[in-house]
Amino acid sequence: MSQEQQVLFAGFGGQGVISMGQFLTHLAMHTGKEVSCALSYGAEMRGGTANCLVTISDEEISSPLTENPMTAIIMNLPSLERFEDKIKPNGTLVLNSSMVDRLPQREDVEVLQMPVNMLADQLGTARVANMVLLGAFVEKKGLMDIDQALDYLEVVFKGKKESVIAKNKEAFLVGVEYARKEWK
Amino acid sequence: MQRVLMKGNEAIAEGAIRAGCKGFFGYPITPSSEIAEYMARKMPALGGVFVQAESELAAINMVYGGAATGSRVMTASSGPGISLKQEGISFLAEGELPCLIVDICRGGPGLGGIQPSQADYFQATRGGGHGDYHIIVLAPSSAQEMMDFTMLGFELADKHRSPVMIMAEGTLGNLIEPVVLRDAVTEFVDKPWAITGCRGRQPNIVNTLHMPVELLQTRNQHLTKKYEAIRSEEIRSEEFMTEDADLILVAYGIMARIARKAVINARQLGLKTGLIRPITLWPYPYETLGRAARHCKAMVSVEISTVGQMIEDIRLAAEGKVPVHYIGEIGRTPNPEEITQQLLAIAEREGLR
Amino acid sequence: MKIIAKKPESLTGAKYHYCPGCTHGIIHRLVAEVMDELDIREQTIGICPVGCSVLAYDYFNCDMLEAAHGRAPAIATAIKRLLPDRYLFTYQGDGDLASIGMGEIVHASMRGEKITTIFVNNTLYGMTGGQMAPTTLLGQVTTTSPYGRKAEWEGYPAKMCELLSINEGAAYVCRTAVNNPANIIKTKKAIKKAFQIQAEGLGFTMVEVLSTCPTNWGLSPTDALKWMEEHMIPYYPLGEFKVKGE
Repeated sequence: MSQEQQVLFAGFGGQGVISMGQFLTHLAMHTGKEVSCALSYGAEMRGGTANCLVTISDEEISSPLTENPMTAIIMNLPSLERFEDKIKPNGTLVLNSSMVDRLPQREDVEVLQMPVNMLADQLGTARVANMVLLGAFVEKKGLMDIDQALDYLEVVFKGKKESVIAKNKEAFLVGVEYARKEWK
Repeated sequence: MQRVLMKGNEAIAEGAIRAGCKGFFGYPITPSSEIAEYMARKMPALGGVFVQAESELAAINMVYGGAATGSRVMTASSGPGISLKQEGISFLAEGELPCLIVDICRGGPGLGGIQPSQADYFQATRGGGHGDYHIIVLAPSSAQEMMDFTMLGFELADKHRSPVMIMAEGTLGNLIEPVVLRDAVTEFVDKPWAITGCRGRQPNIVNTLHMPVELLQTRNQHLTKKYEAIRSEEIRSEEFMTEDADLILVAYGIMARIARKAVINARQLGLKTGLIRPITLWPYPYETLGRAARHCKAMVSVEISTVGQMIEDIRLAAEGKVPVHYIGEIGRTPNPEEITQQLLAIAEREGLR
Repeated sequence: MKIIAKKPESLTGAKYHYCPGCTHGIIHRLVAEVMDELDIREQTIGICPVGCSVLAYDYFNCDMLEAAHGRAPAIATAIKRLLPDRYLFTYQGDGDLASIGMGEIVHASMRGEKITTIFVNNTLYGMTGGQMAPTTLLGQVTTTSPYGRKAEWEGYPAKMCELLSINEGAAYVCRTAVNNPANIIKTKKAIKKAFQIQAEGLGFTMVEVLSTCPTNWGLSPTDALKWMEEHMIPYYPLGEFKVKGE
């Protein structure tokens, strides 16, 4: 992440889209970067659209907003429809293939697919779907050491029950494993 | 330096606490309520006062009472709530009671919408209440500045015995960024005028009624002098690449950051652009803009508003020397790319390309 | 020479601007005597309203603040919360308290703010020339009820003691009158009790004082007192409506 990077997280409210963005924001701050996380909700919080844009840079961030992020994490089909054309050429689209049943029409972007809901269901709870995807994303982009990331999970989930934290860590590692095998 | 992640709204609340704010009086309204919620959580343990008032009117009048005791006090609201507070703000200005008023703007008029906006510029800078007065208005552009300007706001309020407003967009209230926590303020100015009970002194009176015409005149002349002092001491602005710019953007708050990116983008496309960012919306940096108007070819106001509000101040500053264009919309915060495109179109019209 | 009567220290001695026969002067004096007797002048902060008593800050010899119309209870709330060991009183007329300030007084009483409200009810807006107030009696002629107040047009007169006394936060609510010496003495007792209950921190306290407005009623001072007895007291019964713990 030498120059300014912008990552968009998009999906339904309740899919943990905002938490993913906040986690990446924490992670960036702890590694000494400048970071900014702009939240955008639909009128209704749960079930409506939700997205957040994380900007990470070595220098002061001029704009925390953009029309054209380099990377998008897409958790559902409406989000793909809305943002597919916006991604910068040579950018990356990470798709939750459990909810997005088609591939992007563009050919100038890297596409990473992952059946996020299925993997989360195997863990026994759909609530950790976001962590599975985040684990894979962090691993694939080499954003940071995985053990360090697990430590930050403790910080981010501070105050939550021990079992909840353990479940999220497990989900994160499932994502890491998936990326190592499937996104080589 | 330790940094913590905070939403802009939380940074305001934490900044207020660090500035020694002892009383928060507010009424819930989106997108400002997080400030009240933060204060409700923190104030009891700090020995401060938090009151959820029955109305915006009651809230601003609690600020009036609280400020009269000499304590640092504040309220926070959004457009429709600020409209309701305007009566009280007029009284605070006349009573010369220092306090902080936060406006996390939403779309309007009427009930409008909860989306980001800068459409409260008129009511913030033109003294939205009745009578001959101004209040200092600060426009932060990052979560860090939400904290820093809140602390500065309390300082300026005490220094000039005036209400100070922080005006920020809903986008900024909601923006999560690392914030360096500032040291708590430990030194405060004396307030011998405060209403605290007259033990050992003559009674103090806080009053805004001046019936004989001579009293009213003396009073208003006193305020006018104060506003002149504020104009000479407190105007703040920033310039970015304006020296050789043909096209100068003027934007404040979060729009200043976005416009700065648009300036960088446009420069890469060969268009000589620059940016002036007013930090104090009142007093307004007329001189800085006026100087720029003497060497640039056109100016552009970039606002989150459709009718264009700050553009009136830019025109006043430009004194007709250059055309002043407008880029604005309501309900969402424009992206740098969109602004760049519009700048190219303006440059085309002005023959700058 | 033996002094048998003197100006209370809690009054400045400034000459009142009130009309002849107006009872504001009596009520001011009663509040001041109570402050003297409790020796709280230097710990007391008064809030005056918009209305005839807007200039009360010139008369009370303690820290005073003049409020926007109707907002005195909100202002007193903040001051009391920030300075809990001071005595706070608001001095409000019927337009200020029961009309434009209805929200503030109801909520201050519901929150149980430890303040004392002196509510002066003279059934109309005196300062602005005798317009109808929420407390104007049915049939009463004012400049804005020129045909006499009718329930079907203007609704019914506001009974503030009855209304506020049902709030849990109200610790003392009492209605008195200043139409004769006996009632004046009772009024002073009620004001004293209100300040004492405030000091005990039991909650909101209010004394509604029935007052006259000879000028706008178009009556002589003595006829005004008679009018109060014949018309106001039957509709606004005197007495304690709420005493917490009793």
